[in-house]
Amino acid sequence: MKILYFAWMRQRIGLATEDIALPDSVATVDELIDWLVARGDGYAQAFVKRDAIRAAVNQDYVPFNHPVSDGDEIAFFPPVTGG
Amino acid sequence: MIRVQEEDFDTGAEIAALTADNTAIGGVATFTGLVRDMAPVDGSDKPISAMTLEHYPGMTEKKLAEIEAEANRRWPLDASLIIHRYGRLEPGDRIVLVACASAHRQAAFDACQFLMDWLKTDAPFWKLEDTDAGGVWVETRETDAAAAARWNEPADGE
Repeated sequence: MKILYFAWMRQRIGLATEDIALPDSVATVDELIDWLVARGDGYAQAFVKRDAIRAAVNQDYVPFNHPVSDGDEIAFFPPVTGG
Repeated sequence: MIRVQEEDFDTGAEIAALTADNTAIGGVATFTGLVRDMAPVDGSDKPISAMTLEHYPGMTEKKLAEIEAEANRRWPLDASLIIHRYGRLEPGDRIVLVACASAHRQAAFDACQFLMDWLKTDAPFWKLEDTDAGGVWVETRETDAAAAARWNEPADGE
């Protein structure tokens, strides 16, 4: 799966995008975040306040209990500030 | 029509093009968003020298098209346009243009407000402001969420 990070999440993780193989333990967005946070400090800092971030799967906003699968494009970002 | 672009736009030319060849249009409501020279940082207004708009290519276009389609579903519009810029902008620069054309003014005004309110809460853009203290990511304002929420349609039966 492809994962994208934007704004201060991208800065804290140090990556704009990465490709990962879906781990066996991950079936939902929430579980993906658990797995990412365990990878290191940058991830832990990016996801420190989970209720302050939004997730998109295949370019649609989703709740964190949404399922994820290996071909998905998943994005994490802070609340949007366009307009 | 929606456009996501780095380059500037000509507001007058865009409005003229939107209404050309359709004499059923009775009016056009537009909103142009500009970069302010001051921004609230840690509770007080600080001068900003520039702003960088980041976005999510692909999802941005998808969301703008969905929001525009929703406006056209709710109001009898003859034409609509959303242009949103990204990249580095300076105070006074244009950020966004929303234009809605209709036979009568109320639909045009309402659709234009609706589009701007939804852009604020649903379009995947993020603003990084350059201040004397460095780059500061703009935070979401509660008032933006409230402004967007007023357009939520009542559930069936209400």
